[in-house]
Amino acid sequence: MENFSIPKLPLDDWIDAGLDFLTENFAFLTKNISEYLEKIINFIIDSLMFFPPWVIIILFTLIAWRLSGRQVALFTLIGFAFIWNLRLWEPTIETLTLVLFATFIAVLISIPIGVFAAISKTAYRIIMPLLDFMQTMPAFVYLIPAIPFFGLGSVSAIFSTVIFAMPPTIRLTCLGIKQVPKELIEAADAFGSTKRQKLFKLQLPLAIPTIMAGINQTIMLALSMVVIAAMIGAGGLGGEVWRAIQRLQPGMGFQAGIAIVILAMILDRITQKIGQKN
Amino acid sequence: MAKIKTVKLTKIFGPSPERALTLLSQGKTKDEIFNQTGLAVALVDVSFEVQAGEILVVMGLSGSGKSSLIRCLNRLIEPTQGKVFIDGEDITNLEHNALLELRRHKFGMVFQHFALFPHRNVCHNVEYGLEIQHKDKAFRREKACQMLKLVGLEGWEEAMPSQLSGGMQQRVGLARALAIEPDILLMDEAFNALDPLIRDEMQNELISLQNRIKKTILFITHNLDEALKVGDRVVLMREGQIVQIGTPNEIITAPADDYVKRFVKNVDKCKLLTAQSIQVPAVVAYSDDAPRTVFDKMQTESLSCIFVVKRDNTLQGMVRIGSVETAVSRGDKTIASLINSELPTVTATEPLTTLISILAKWHWPVPVINEKHQLQGIVINTGVLAALAKKE
Repeated sequence: MENFSIPKLPLDDWIDAGLDFLTENFAFLTKNISEYLEKIINFIIDSLMFFPPWVIIILFTLIAWRLSGRQVALFTLIGFAFIWNLRLWEPTIETLTLVLFATFIAVLISIPIGVFAAISKTAYRIIMPLLDFMQTMPAFVYLIPAIPFFGLGSVSAIFSTVIFAMPPTIRLTCLGIKQVPKELIEAADAFGSTKRQKLFKLQLPLAIPTIMAGINQTIMLALSMVVIAAMIGAGGLGGEVWRAIQRLQPGMGFQAGIAIVILAMILDRITQKIGQKN
Repeated sequence: MAKIKTVKLTKIFGPSPERALTLLSQGKTKDEIFNQTGLAVALVDVSFEVQAGEILVVMGLSGSGKSSLIRCLNRLIEPTQGKVFIDGEDITNLEHNALLELRRHKFGMVFQHFALFPHRNVCHNVEYGLEIQHKDKAFRREKACQMLKLVGLEGWEEAMPSQLSGGMQQRVGLARALAIEPDILLMDEAFNALDPLIRDEMQNELISLQNRIKKTILFITHNLDEALKVGDRVVLMREGQIVQIGTPNEIITAPADDYVKRFVKNVDKCKLLTAQSIQVPAVVAYSDDAPRTVFDKMQTESLSCIFVVKRDNTLQGMVRIGSVETAVSRGDKTIASLINSELPTVTATEPLTTLISILAKWHWPVPVINEKHQLQGIVINTGVLAALAKKE
């Protein structure tokens, strides 16, 4: 029987070869980018840590109040105070910075891609399966190739987080634009609008609530990925959990886990309300 | 020159429409073509003209191709075959940018479900067309306010569309279309989503507005009453083809076929039929005629009264057979002294409803006169009854 066995496709070898090629030729570039990004991120973290925690807590409480009302503001205040009390303030700030930074980049890339997918049928056919691929691939896998390009640390974490967190914003941007009623598009056409005018005066403004729902999802995915990225040295609350696993300290693990949950809820409530407002 | 002219306009929806064109030339029907090829035939050889300043109503049931027709005129839908001329210019081959320019300046379009932009307030909705043309802010604002005033929505500039009732929303739609000062207004079932009272009000307003702005209006509806009320002329469509083109009066009095007849059957004729369509030629006498001559004339025509006119046909009055007979026996020279000038008159556009109320009190024929007081004809009560009886 063994004589008839079909030889295995060397898919792993191919991917390795491809990645090796990319690393050899582009790693110097990505390493450079990595250095700068690392500096920026550290600068943000340092500046946030420069202030006493209560300043930052009040700042976030005010933001929550402005954007989402009194209840969310109260929750933010209590939640952050609780985290501070658990002596988890620094890792929380690290995680928060990574999440917001990664989300910012992800949104910056996702919205144009989503618009493109909504406008061009060909683009839609190519982008949608890619998104399926990105979303179903186990999150850990992205960590492996990130290291040769960006080295261990927060930039690799952001790279894999961006890839992992982009799909919802792309999908919902595309959906939001496609959902604009045909009649309105026809009305815009009847007045002689160009494609650009239609996009900026009609389609994007009407898609904003849907896009905001996508951004909310992206933030949530970014948070979960940043935690996982602790495995490649991203630090933050994920780092606390990771250390607890290695030392078999369930109490410490849960403590950090609860802080993650609180952070997730604060980010979710604040951004959810922005979407509804529009 | 006609403002809008279409020549053998044909529209077929679906891939490779040539197949349907071949089948059409073989005389196949719409359904047969659909079953055979899956192609939907929307318009077949539609040719008509709209004159400047005219309201042309395209009337047909859903699926008759009227919506496709109006969209072929500004090429929101590309015609499969045939030509569209706007001001004598063939627009079927215009390239993209020229087409956008044409849409920006020539056409204002009003939609069935208003199609207002929900994220813009009333004023910004009206400004949209001007914004697209890169007109400056102050100009846009001023124009928008002017148009909102025209449609009676002064003071609602800052409201959002969702805060307005249906009728008000459609006024915004109308103002938005008028703001770009188009020559042509395309109104796609513009009043059909409104409730009957508001619809009636909007129709009246459109008619009075048209007297002031004198646009060329192509109005689409599936409601014959509306078509006959609003239209200077009506195009009746069925299955993508024109069944009849004519004035409202022509449509009612001379329906082209059974299809049109079935429509016309349910129309309230009393409001639409006018004196003109039921008047009959009058036998007249002149005031210097001898009573004998007049009496003989009345005897031969078996008339109980006769209308007296001057040589230029100006109506002077009426004489009755009884008084003529007395005058004959008295030996009068002329009938001048017998003329009764106190009588009701109507103009050609008087609707049947008023005629009926006049004839209820006046037992003689009613003269129809023009603005120079010249006699055009007479309406007799049997004529009114005959017109009403034609209904069934």
